[in-house]
Amino acid sequence: MTTTLGELADLIRAKNAGPFWITLDLFFRTQEDYERVLRSGVLDAHHIGSLFRVGPESVRTFALPTLRTIKISFPRQEVGRGITDRDMHAGQQHVPLLAVELPD
Amino acid sequence: MSKNEGPGHCGVLVPVGMLGGGFPEETIRRGARLGPDVIAVDAGSTDSGPYYLGASTPKTTREACRRDLGILMRAREDLGIPLIVGSCGTSGTDDGVDWMAAICRELAHEAGQKLRIALIKSEQDKAYLKKRLRERRVLPLEPVLPIDEARIDACTHIVGVMGHEPIARALESGAHIVLAGRATDTAVMSAVPLLHGCPPGPVWHAAKTIECGALCTTDPRQGGVFARMDPAGFEVEPLAETSACTPHTVAAHMLYENADPFRMREPSGTLDTSDAVYNPIDARKVRVTGSRFEEAEAYTAKIEGAAPAGFQALLMAGIRDPEVLARLDEWTKTLMGFLRARIPDVLDLPSEDFELELRCFGRDAVLGPLEPSCDVPPREVGVMLIATAGDRATANRIAKLCNPYLLHMPLPGQLHLPSFAFPFSPAEIERGAIYRFALHHVAVPDDPYEMNRFSFVET
Repeated sequence: MTTTLGELADLIRAKNAGPFWITLDLFFRTQEDYERVLRSGVLDAHHIGSLFRVGPESVRTFALPTLRTIKISFPRQEVGRGITDRDMHAGQQHVPLLAVELPD
Repeated sequence: MSKNEGPGHCGVLVPVGMLGGGFPEETIRRGARLGPDVIAVDAGSTDSGPYYLGASTPKTTREACRRDLGILMRAREDLGIPLIVGSCGTSGTDDGVDWMAAICRELAHEAGQKLRIALIKSEQDKAYLKKRLRERRVLPLEPVLPIDEARIDACTHIVGVMGHEPIARALESGAHIVLAGRATDTAVMSAVPLLHGCPPGPVWHAAKTIECGALCTTDPRQGGVFARMDPAGFEVEPLAETSACTPHTVAAHMLYENADPFRMREPSGTLDTSDAVYNPIDARKVRVTGSRFEEAEAYTAKIEGAAPAGFQALLMAGIRDPEVLARLDEWTKTLMGFLRARIPDVLDLPSEDFELELRCFGRDAVLGPLEPSCDVPPREVGVMLIATAGDRATANRIAKLCNPYLLHMPLPGQLHLPSFAFPFSPAEIERGAIYRFALHHVAVPDDPYEMNRFSFVET
């Protein structure tokens, strides 16, 4: 049985950070879960880049051990367009992370 | 009145994350007993998209703002402390400040309050910005948007985001109430504590913590928060008695809507919370120490601009027929191919003069190409057809033309004419003018006041 990020995390959420950035927060219940995800490499910039179709060089990742939280930020896709923006507040953009499988 | 006599101490009452959002009146009475030196509230945001700036229209209703502002003005009068409202009218345009000022004067008149009200305008003169651009004093932020004089001219409204300095100047001019145009959320909360001589590290960190009201508490829906700054740090607690601030809720709030959880740029410098320590004082109050603020070499004001992006009209239809849902990709391709050929023909409209987009709610409307699971046929789908054109009449015309085809488009090979579920009559929904954010830059003024205009109203 594989475990997904969505199953392991206490909460995964997304929000815009200003009009031009999306930020994702992953909260974990235990230090062990938090470290397991960090070590697994599933949140590496190239993985995030391919999952969200952004250049890996633009992905910024922050580890916050005291909060057992990992934060990922990257620029919004259609910068400044406004017309075809599907999710103004980027509130649902964490969903592709939920199904990411963790190596055993 | 204040419990915070002496330099370096200051209490800030934040009633709600956004004026017009509503809060229980008793939370303000409770906050008043904690001894605030200022009531500070944000009234704006860019989160809801470019429309409010582009059209210079508030997102909140006048009635709700009036209700909230009336309660805060009564509390201010009782306490004899200043009231600061930032980013008036959602986008902080001059219209927004004037709109808030009219509400404020009306309330002052009704309550017989004798007030000096400061208005700080933050809308930018295009000639000024173009001059700064030529001087290479308009600088891009990441991700970089292109800029030239034509782009500045294309914006309907441009605001400069002020720091605490213009607000502090208005207070020093004797204002009881400051109605600010576009300001950083934190500047609204920081102006009075900085005037009181509180150190900038705790002040800016406290300001960031409280600017969204109760979002830094265990119950984000319940009213506001109170922060007390001192020379070594700050304390924060919710106004609602049933809610609490915990080290986790306060620390986690630094993540919210921030791309970087440790460093936050302000016009005058950068807040650094990397070494901040969060400790509980009791079950509902937290103390924070170790916050730093690095003064910048030059003051920079972010500029926000919105430019017209055409006009839109929508159609919506519900699909429940399992046969169509099982072949939904085929159906959407058929419909769009048909419409893209029919519209130019019937309306004598070149293909490049309009855009047509179809979103299937229930399939992938929310995530688009990022949707991970498209293999299972949905149970029901809401289809939104979006027509964008250069003028209102054309957008509406396209939607009207699409109406019968969206209603009746059969699958390839289907011999009967299906009808889908239209939820409304008329089926066309006019969206009117739409906008895009056209700038992601900072301007470098000579001083923190250059990009603002001050005026005073006596009631």
